Amino acid sequence: MRIVKVLSIILITFVLIAGIAIPLSPAPQGLFEFPIIPGLEDKARNIFYHVPIAWTTVLAFLVSMWYGYRYLRTRSIDDDLKSVSSAGLGFMLCILATVTGSLWAKFNWGSFWNWDPRETSIFVLLLIYGAYFALRSALASDEARARLSAVYAIIAGLTVPFFIFVLPRMVAGLHPGAKGDVDGSGPVLEFKMAPNMRVVFFSSLIGFTLFYIWLLTLRIRAARLEHHVADQHS
Amino acid sequence: MSTIARTWALVVKDARSELRTRYAMNALVMFVITSVATILFAMREDQASPELLAGMYWVVVFFSSMSGLSRIFVSEEEKGTALALQLIASPTVVYVGKLLFNCGLTLLLTLAVTVLYLIVFPGFVVASLDIFAVTWLLGSLGLASAATIIAAIIARANTRGTLYPVLSFPVLIPLLMTVMRSTIRALAGEPFENALGEFQVLFSYLLVMTGGSYLLFEHVWKD
Repeated sequence: MRIVKVLSIILITFVLIAGIAIPLSPAPQGLFEFPIIPGLEDKARNIFYHVPIAWTTVLAFLVSMWYGYRYLRTRSIDDDLKSVSSAGLGFMLCILATVTGSLWAKFNWGSFWNWDPRETSIFVLLLIYGAYFALRSALASDEARARLSAVYAIIAGLTVPFFIFVLPRMVAGLHPGAKGDVDGSGPVLEFKMAPNMRVVFFSSLIGFTLFYIWLLTLRIRAARLEHHVADQHS
Repeated sequence: MSTIARTWALVVKDARSELRTRYAMNALVMFVITSVATILFAMREDQASPELLAGMYWVVVFFSSMSGLSRIFVSEEEKGTALALQLIASPTVVYVGKLLFNCGLTLLLTLAVTVLYLIVFPGFVVASLDIFAVTWLLGSLGLASAATIIAAIIARANTRGTLYPVLSFPVLIPLLMTVMRSTIRALAGEPFENALGEFQVLFSYLLVMTGGSYLLFEHVWKD
């Protein structure tokens, strides 16, 4: 775990410094200049932070769903603790992805929120997380809480493909990857990125993923201890 | 008794119990009337555009169904008959029976909302009857399918009434966005082919929701 912790701190520190400090240039020379993208300019730097966070949000939700499924198979409370720990982190990352995306939208598209299909998707993900925790707080016994919230996470997860693959194709949007976007009409964006930007971007992707793994293990350990203490008092 | 006969017996039992108390039906009808009346008060003399009416139609359907569709599982918990049902019927029979009952109830509900809309809103004219009919059918069945599994989940919780729409809404958003689009097409009088994309989404939503609920229902139902 120590290697995960150290590596994530190093990578995120590198991304924070390199992503902000490397200057833009119309004719980039060498490693220490980013190209200017017309219409984006300095706002393009958001891709180093917003996209990796959004990716980690989805990863956290999938991990939570996976441990929910595991719980239904094994009925071991440890799987539920893993599931809820991941969901809690996912909720936090989801808020961060919404805020970074919304701020970027204000300066690039002109308003904080305009119901672009991707904005709708992240809004729904926020609602799902909110509903998941509302359901958990309304169930009294540990067993029922673990079982029913796992089922709800899976049912809610079934709608995710509609948001990722179907609705963005049907509704015209502003986000890259939407209907009418010539460059990136697939679900995975094929962005045209300079090689040095790519290094920063993938460092950020790995850095945030490791950061998530580090926090997840911490939260699982804390949840196990809490559960243990609650057991001893009852 | 065969599985089909058992399932049918459950639907008949639920229908009979519903007809005796009329709990869900009364709740649904009154909710539809009050929400349509509220919209009328809000609009006063203004004539709403067909786009707005198509959206409002599904807003009324969504909130009305949230007032009545959870009844099917909540009543079993309240009357204390859930345990007996667990003993005498397999989870599959219970799920399919409850789903069929809710499908019937939702089809009646959307039909009632349609009739009321045709009467009170002069702007609500169904120009493409075929698009509207398919939207009505697939939309109601998809809504009933998602609402049934969520009803089974919240029947065990202690704040059922408020939790039901909160849990259902995120799951229903893909359906609601799609039916609103195809209802706009129906009111605009577009040809049937234009709505095929929406129908594919609605049909796959129905299959995914029903299949997923069928596989997961056992975990919700059995303690």
